[in-house]
Amino acid sequence: MDDGGDHPVSDASAAVQLSAITKRFGDVVAVDNVDLEIADGEFFALLGPSGCGKTTTLRMVAGLEFPTEGSLKIFGNEVGTLPPNKRPVNTVFQDYALFPHMTVEANVAFGLKMQRVAKAEIAGRVQEAIGLVRLEGLEQRRSQQLSGGQRQRVALARALVNRPKVLLLDEPLGALDLKLRQEMQRELKALQREVGITFVFVTHDQEEALTMADRIGVMNEGELLQVGTPEGIYERPVNRFVANFIGQSNLIDASVVSGDTVCLADGNHIPGRSDLPVGTRVALCLRPERVEMHPVTAVPAGHTSISGRLESVTYLGNALVYTVANEWTELEIRLENQPGGFRPYVGDDVAVSWMPDAVTVVRA
Amino acid sequence: MTVVEERREAEVATPEFEKAANRAASRRGFLLSLPAYAYLVLFFAVPLVIVLMYSFATRNRFGGTDLSGWNFDAYRKLSEPIVRDILFRSLWLAILTTLICLVVAYPFAYFIATRRPLVRNLMLVFVMIPFWTNFLVRNYAWRVLLGNDGLFTNISEALGLGERELLFTTSAVVIGLVYGFLPFMVLPLYASIERIDLSLIEASRDLYASGFQAFRKVLFPLSLPGVIAGSILVFVPSLGAYVTPEILGGAKTTLLGSYIVTQFLTARNWPVGASLSFVLMAVMLVATLVYFRTGGKNL
Repeated sequence: MDDGGDHPVSDASAAVQLSAITKRFGDVVAVDNVDLEIADGEFFALLGPSGCGKTTTLRMVAGLEFPTEGSLKIFGNEVGTLPPNKRPVNTVFQDYALFPHMTVEANVAFGLKMQRVAKAEIAGRVQEAIGLVRLEGLEQRRSQQLSGGQRQRVALARALVNRPKVLLLDEPLGALDLKLRQEMQRELKALQREVGITFVFVTHDQEEALTMADRIGVMNEGELLQVGTPEGIYERPVNRFVANFIGQSNLIDASVVSGDTVCLADGNHIPGRSDLPVGTRVALCLRPERVEMHPVTAVPAGHTSISGRLESVTYLGNALVYTVANEWTELEIRLENQPGGFRPYVGDDVAVSWMPDAVTVVRA
Repeated sequence: MTVVEERREAEVATPEFEKAANRAASRRGFLLSLPAYAYLVLFFAVPLVIVLMYSFATRNRFGGTDLSGWNFDAYRKLSEPIVRDILFRSLWLAILTTLICLVVAYPFAYFIATRRPLVRNLMLVFVMIPFWTNFLVRNYAWRVLLGNDGLFTNISEALGLGERELLFTTSAVVIGLVYGFLPFMVLPLYASIERIDLSLIEASRDLYASGFQAFRKVLFPLSLPGVIAGSILVFVPSLGAYVTPEILGGAKTTLLGSYIVTQFLTARNWPVGASLSFVLMAVMLVATLVYFRTGGKNL
């Protein structure tokens, strides 16, 4: 695991600390030897495709699963084997899991009642939580009478009313449609700033993770591949999987020739900085928006280029996506839809070019 | 009429068209349910009216019944201590049976409902296997098990509890009833627990509920429809049970079912048998309604 390195976390301030956590279900390793520290007050996203172990990791923090091996600390206290009701964390479940036999108010009050908080205090805190998520006036509704967005808010209020030290969110926006999801993304972010609680949320949507999180942990097949800020991960992915999962990438096979040169499949040597040993198989990660397209004869000075044939053009309104292919690779180029400029036709020979600093060398 | 013409005709929706369509739909519904209606009227409603008539009739000196001189004598007789005792004993045993079934079946139903589908179906088949054998035969089997040299007496002897004769006691009747009606409790409970989203239990645990609180505040309230359905399915046949008390119970534990049969066949007092049948039905109806109402409030 390579830390994107942006916010080193010291032990003392870690809200959640996983050390060598492994979870097996029978023969299946769901989470494989994960080390992770999440700082107090951080908005942390666990990102990965479905089945990558991100939800299992979250459930272990919640106490809904127990780790097979390893140590799990919340604010320095070992909690690995504590049941969920003995942990200072609360969860917003994927499908909200609102109690259908209770009103909104009773749902929100549930946690406080279970903790035997005084009645008068419960009433005050429930009102406060309902106000926080702007659900005033819906206190007596049942969950069946609420829209998806409203249920989401109830689930948030129900968790936050307990003033947890860490709030866990399992794909909290997955069930909402696009417009509402974007709205809730902003709201969640603002809410987190307001309450100052550590949020850990699980998502498979890289855009959501990039938009909301202070730091992101990318998981695949049970392993935590990279942890870092959205920028750190987007700009410096550690391997092919991360490069491809976070945003779109053109990945060109290559091998290391020296510290700042790589060799392409056609034998050409081009600039590519890496500290990997000579001969290592690597991939060049080129973001579609960082490459340009020019006539073969007019490549700007200082650019590295690959020539190929224009295979297709996709019109997106604000941008155009071109696909250029040659015998050994295929590249995607995304250009802003500006008037004028180079507008080749499908079948034309073109040069795809980039500044040397637009390329990142990742492990193949 | 060609297809094109039909389309053209249906192009404009009018209130008349909608009304006609609704009428056609309700007529279709009526026709479809007609066989069931006819069956119920003929074999359920009509006999019930006949029984009701007999309960107001007079028993003549020869043990026959005269359908004349309508009176309430048969109902008056029900207030006699002997009948009252039987009624209360039956009620008590039915309630006891229902409670035992509920306590035994609930964890079992929860267990089945939380298994993977294959195990689940297998266990449901096990629950239903007893139905493949005649109810009467199974009750006689219990006679062997509970009898003098049966399994139960042998076990209690081996444990040093002395020779315990269970057969022909109230306990034997309750054991038999619980055995006979347990599946009627398990199945509706299973059906309602299986529908509950188990993440609700997790949510309650996450919100600081202990295991027992999660059961009391979330699982049980949500499974109430199953609890109610199962309880009614056990309570009603237990209250009117005839076969099990006859085979496993003793002379001291006459229950309603047996008493009604005696009135019809031995005592030849049809009006009393008929009136008792009606009172029994009324008790069941009231109990069922009360149960539904109290359950409905909590849902």
